[in-house]
Amino acid sequence: MGISNIWVFAQVANGAPTSGSLELVTKARTLGGSVSVWVAGDGASVAGALGEYGASKVFAVDYGQNLAGVAVASAMKATIDGGESPDLIMFPQSYEGRDVMARLSVKLGRTVLTNSVDIEVDGDSVSATTPIFGGNTLVTTTFTGGAPYLAAFRPKSFNPETSGGAAAAVQAVNVPDLGATGTAKITAVHVEETTGPKLDEANVVVSGGRGLGESANYAMIETLAKLLKGAPGASRAIVDAGWVPYSYQVGQTGKVVKPSVYIAAGISGATQHMVGMKGSKNIIAINKDKEAPIFGIADLGIVGDVHKVLPKLIEALQGR
Amino acid sequence: MNVIVCVKQIPDPANPGALDASSNTLERKGKLILDESDSYGVEMALQLVDAAGGGEVSLVSMAPNSETAGLRTALAMGAAKAVLVSDPALQGSDALTTAKILAAAIQRLGGADLIIAATESSDGYTGTVPEQLAEVLGLPSVTFSKKVAIEGGVLKADRQTEDGYDEVTCPLPALISVTAGVVEPRYPSFKGIMAAKSKPVDEVTAADLGVTPVGWAGAGQQISNVAQAEARAAGEVIEDDGETFGKIVTFLEGLKVI
Repeated sequence: MGISNIWVFAQVANGAPTSGSLELVTKARTLGGSVSVWVAGDGASVAGALGEYGASKVFAVDYGQNLAGVAVASAMKATIDGGESPDLIMFPQSYEGRDVMARLSVKLGRTVLTNSVDIEVDGDSVSATTPIFGGNTLVTTTFTGGAPYLAAFRPKSFNPETSGGAAAAVQAVNVPDLGATGTAKITAVHVEETTGPKLDEANVVVSGGRGLGESANYAMIETLAKLLKGAPGASRAIVDAGWVPYSYQVGQTGKVVKPSVYIAAGISGATQHMVGMKGSKNIIAINKDKEAPIFGIADLGIVGDVHKVLPKLIEALQGR
Repeated sequence: MNVIVCVKQIPDPANPGALDASSNTLERKGKLILDESDSYGVEMALQLVDAAGGGEVSLVSMAPNSETAGLRTALAMGAAKAVLVSDPALQGSDALTTAKILAAAIQRLGGADLIIAATESSDGYTGTVPEQLAEVLGLPSVTFSKKVAIEGGVLKADRQTEDGYDEVTCPLPALISVTAGVVEPRYPSFKGIMAAKSKPVDEVTAADLGVTPVGWAGAGQQISNVAQAEARAAGEVIEDDGETFGKIVTFLEGLKVI
């Protein structure tokens, strides 16, 4: 018994599977059985990369103007009705991942476990682990209903490793009639220009918070990130304040990052934020308030004014 | 135009939460407050109804112990009425059951032109309930909306994506989930707070709504272990004397980042 057929929904961004998706394919192949990957959009362009990480098959859903969530979930349901029987379906905790999973959960009458950081298969029993309370407590939950089990995982839960597999075979899957649920249509796609590495994949992340004082001072964060070949990030406070786009947000409701070095400037360290960065290998914090919770997890803490420390640090790095 | 907002009443995030030792569910004792992420949806709903020139904003919520403190905040902001599903049997309900309960509560209100939810709650943050709710109701949805308008009876939203955003149009009725910061939530006025005290809150049980099974019995999951994560130790903390930037440079050099 056990798990013999695993599906992974892969998020594709800028034409390639995200590292979070490749992690899931890597993990899936260690759980036993075959690994098939679902993608929203073109399958041929990602079949090579997905095969290299261990996928034997790619189900590609041409979702047209539909939202990917409802389109892929309906295509998955139709495929299951057609005789495929996945034991486990893994999703990245991404926008599309959550939507596909949520729609499919209702269609199949199955529960969902989200925000997971690990999964364990013991015979027929499948459990997922989720950190709560800012990562202080780990809760392991076991699926009690029937398969397929639906679980979503935070980025950086596993290490993506290639298996040297050949390109996966691509099977196109049509979107069934969506009825009323298919009346939302995408009319334009905007790709935000990003220079430098992606926030959740960067080796160095420099984040700014309310302590920067005003939006114009965020430029220091960007400059420092660039000097360190890293990505700029932000606390929820300054995202909500409109200083930077939501895509910069590090935290429970934003991106989870695990860089080699995380620099938190003017961030006090609300639980909301710490959830998203406490897995970083090294943390440097600069904050005026020596009682700030961020110092409790920082490897190097500077109690000082970011307006004084950052310009000097930038100057020193520029002089190298 | 009538809008229904799904709101959650949660323990104050300023006080660290706890797991109930006997049931391993989040303790939801004591005073609950309106989840801040829901205040954006309430504000959005009020603005859309205003712009439409008529209609009202209603609330649906699920909470133990007949708790209404958080609902009163949303009513004080300007919502007209609420359905509160309060039932001890709901303890341990999973996200799918929650979606079914909220769907039934929405149907009890006779549905609406638009259903609004936050992208995820600030305590459980499963993050799938809005889209599950849309599927239960058979509605189209635009999740993770960061800009919303209704033009000529059609919803137009900018939806957050991994690498930017999509412009989406959708006929009504529909469901949207809105990101924090989509609008600036108003503070309830004194008049609003007073008025909220007499606004109707229809309290019902899961059985009243005809949704069974719920709670642990209906959940396709069971908590099997709770463990403490490895704590991260604090390192060196130093007061800035104007030269601490050098410490950072040395630290980065040691890690071979520079």
